[in-house]
Amino acid sequence: MMLDIRDLSVVFTDRGAPFTAVDRFSLQMEEGEIVGIVGESGSGKSMTAHALMGLIRRSAVTVSGSAVFEGTDLLPLSRAELRQYQGRDLSIIFQEPMTSLNPTMRIGKQVEESLRIHEKLSRAERKARALDAMALAGLPDPEEVYRQYPHQLSGGMRQRVMIASALVLRPRLLIADEPTTALDVTIQAQILETLKDINRKEGTAILFISHDLGVVKALCSRVVVMKQGEIVESGPVDDVFYHPREDYTKLLIASRPKREKLRGGGDNE
Amino acid sequence: MGKTLLKRAGLLIGTLLLVSMLAFVAFSVIPGDPTDSILGIEATEEQRLALRAQLGLDQPIYQRYWSWLTAFVTGDFGQSYKYNMPVSGLVAAQAKVTLVLAAVSFVLIVVISLPLGLISARHQGGIVDRVVTVLTQVTMSVPNFIMGLGLMFLFALVLKWFEPKYIPLEDGLGAHLRFMVFPALAIALPKSAMTVKLLRGSILGEMGQDYIRTAYSKGNSQGSALWRHVLRNAMIPVVTFLAMAIGDIMAGSIVVEQVFTIPGLGRILISSIGNRDYPVVQAIVVLLAGVVVLCNFLADLLYRVMDPRIDGR
Amino acid sequence: MKNGKQKNWYLTIGIILTACMLIFIAVGFFWTPYVPSAMSSGDRNGRPSLRHLFGCDSFGRDIFSRTLEGAGSTLTIALAVLAVGAVCGLIIGALCGYYGGAADALIMRLCDAIAAFPSVLLAMVVLAVTGPGKYNVIGALGVLFIPSFARLVRGEFLKYRDRDFVQSARLTGVSDLRVIFVHILPNTWPVLLSGLTIGFNNAVLAEASMSYLGIGVSAQEPSLGYMLKDAQGYFFTLPWCTAFPAAVVILLILGVGLLGEGIRERMGVAS
Repeated sequence: MMLDIRDLSVVFTDRGAPFTAVDRFSLQMEEGEIVGIVGESGSGKSMTAHALMGLIRRSAVTVSGSAVFEGTDLLPLSRAELRQYQGRDLSIIFQEPMTSLNPTMRIGKQVEESLRIHEKLSRAERKARALDAMALAGLPDPEEVYRQYPHQLSGGMRQRVMIASALVLRPRLLIADEPTTALDVTIQAQILETLKDINRKEGTAILFISHDLGVVKALCSRVVVMKQGEIVESGPVDDVFYHPREDYTKLLIASRPKREKLRGGGDNE
Repeated sequence: MGKTLLKRAGLLIGTLLLVSMLAFVAFSVIPGDPTDSILGIEATEEQRLALRAQLGLDQPIYQRYWSWLTAFVTGDFGQSYKYNMPVSGLVAAQAKVTLVLAAVSFVLIVVISLPLGLISARHQGGIVDRVVTVLTQVTMSVPNFIMGLGLMFLFALVLKWFEPKYIPLEDGLGAHLRFMVFPALAIALPKSAMTVKLLRGSILGEMGQDYIRTAYSKGNSQGSALWRHVLRNAMIPVVTFLAMAIGDIMAGSIVVEQVFTIPGLGRILISSIGNRDYPVVQAIVVLLAGVVVLCNFLADLLYRVMDPRIDGR
Repeated sequence: MKNGKQKNWYLTIGIILTACMLIFIAVGFFWTPYVPSAMSSGDRNGRPSLRHLFGCDSFGRDIFSRTLEGAGSTLTIALAVLAVGAVCGLIIGALCGYYGGAADALIMRLCDAIAAFPSVLLAMVVLAVTGPGKYNVIGALGVLFIPSFARLVRGEFLKYRDRDFVQSARLTGVSDLRVIFVHILPNTWPVLLSGLTIGFNNAVLAEASMSYLGIGVSAQEPSLGYMLKDAQGYFFTLPWCTAFPAAVVILLILGVGLLGEGIRERMGVAS
């Protein structure tokens, strides 16, 4: 087993009464698998992913349970120890491609960054690997994009840059935190296709987080449904989609087409 | 970039022309005859008319402006009414003193505020941060000439680190600078406080941005996230502020020179204002305005270099 | 991570300090322990004591009384400068922001040009022409403060001009002037208030600097800046003549500065 999360809880203690954002979350993932987590906003799905990546380590947050990745429990690791995993074995892409890239750094430098941190390579080698990852992420003309700045790219392109920089060290697990929510429907489909390709070619396991059960169905083999920090339902994606047991899941399925119309026009380049 | 640069340079020259025009017109419409201050009130009407012709005061204003401007750009700033010598000779040495003072002040601001702002932001909420926050708030409230008086009292009278007597450059660069550090500090400390506050806020604002989360997710430590990602973005407003501050530093020099009795532009400006020696005042104002406009121009260029988002619009 | 219950220290300390300074100055308008200009030969160069809290100058004048009077003069000048600058700036900014157009563009370029220069320097030049005096100082600084206020107000009006509540007011036939002053203006007051505190401090600073240089107020109405200039000659022998007026200037600026900071924090206004 590649990833074994057991009883992961995230409790915030800085707003008066303690607030449990994630309550005893458990999930097992095999090598090369694509698993989805769905739930409405505030259900704790993103918080789970961020806790796994070690991105919410603050004094006012208590993270408990265990998350064993390739035989090592990530949660008790020190920041320095965890950094050995971040960007190398575990990568993440975020919801907002518009703001998740450094506006004053060239794309190439951002894609190469994990390489610079984790490996000692010459400049030319780094560039070659970065261009390679950019091609894998489906960026047309990587040489050109390598020299550009984020504001020169569209939202879909930026998300591909995020994917390229997450994949540059070929991690075993890619966490995709609502990667297509901020994008147009057509761009969304292309990005999903790219993620699928990567999974097939590189064998990268993907933990895909979305509020959209339809998108999850198109990509994942298994799905976990979360509500208010807890898992309400999980199983193979077709079972959950066609035979939901919980009312909440039915609601998520039912609410899907309505929202589709509201979206669009998010890509204003 | 080349096109914007050209446009900006054009704007710079336009602004400089506007400023010089305003300064010239302002001093031309002043009530009272400059011949009064040269000849005294007992001069005869013929003497007056002869002098007016000699000074070119009988010509229309646009002609006088043009001849003044063309002379000005070649370094001929006119004739002082009071001392009856070229203004350029009168202000050249003083301008050098003021420029040294302003330059030392600027360097001090950068040297003091950048580390403090960084440390303060890095240890947000800690003891150092709190001390710095309180200190900056208080220091910011001290007018630079009062800061000068305070420094003089502490370092000259109590600690006896320096004599409160101006040491010119001719007595050696080291001694000159050692003296100039104190007036420069008086100008620099209040400005540094503002810079620290701005930088701290700017860094903390950038630290909360999404791209910093991305940087952490790639395995950056807090330090490298700060150096490689935050700093450049956080410095953009600070650089603009610092360049804009140069005007205030020049104004501060003029005032603080009086505290430390430094023979700079401030001294001659104030005595010329008292003597109604307008050619001198005019020249100094145009020179200072030129420095300010030029610094704003450089700030704009630097801003474009630092923030790639601005270019290509 | 802003917590609603977190104490706004800036505002608390700012209000207390500003109130203390205002009470101190207000007292000075009605009562001073000695006549500020009265010279007492026996108290010449007197150190601070119970009889003379802040000491005496070389003429035997009571520094405490003189500081009270000077602070009153400084406050009056600063408030008058603010009144001229803010009222004119408000009207210009509101009209420019609301109507826009070529006049707006022209006026704002001029404002930008003026605001780029240090106001002390420009005020010095104006006073070089008009000569010193309280009203000249107020006029010069007041006029020079107009651009910064105009820019501030214009920015706010630009923000609100096309909002729904303004549009609907206009559609129901409300006159432009009423839209400007009744519908938009009340929304801008957090920003205005914060701008007023900054303007006040700049006015105190500019007046003090100019009077210190001897091109500000005249000897008949000595402000704190004038007192500092007066005390310069005895700086090393009678330091209290400098220290107390200086402290009052600093505390006044500090109090109002904290007040402005507190207002910005409370209202969520970016500085």
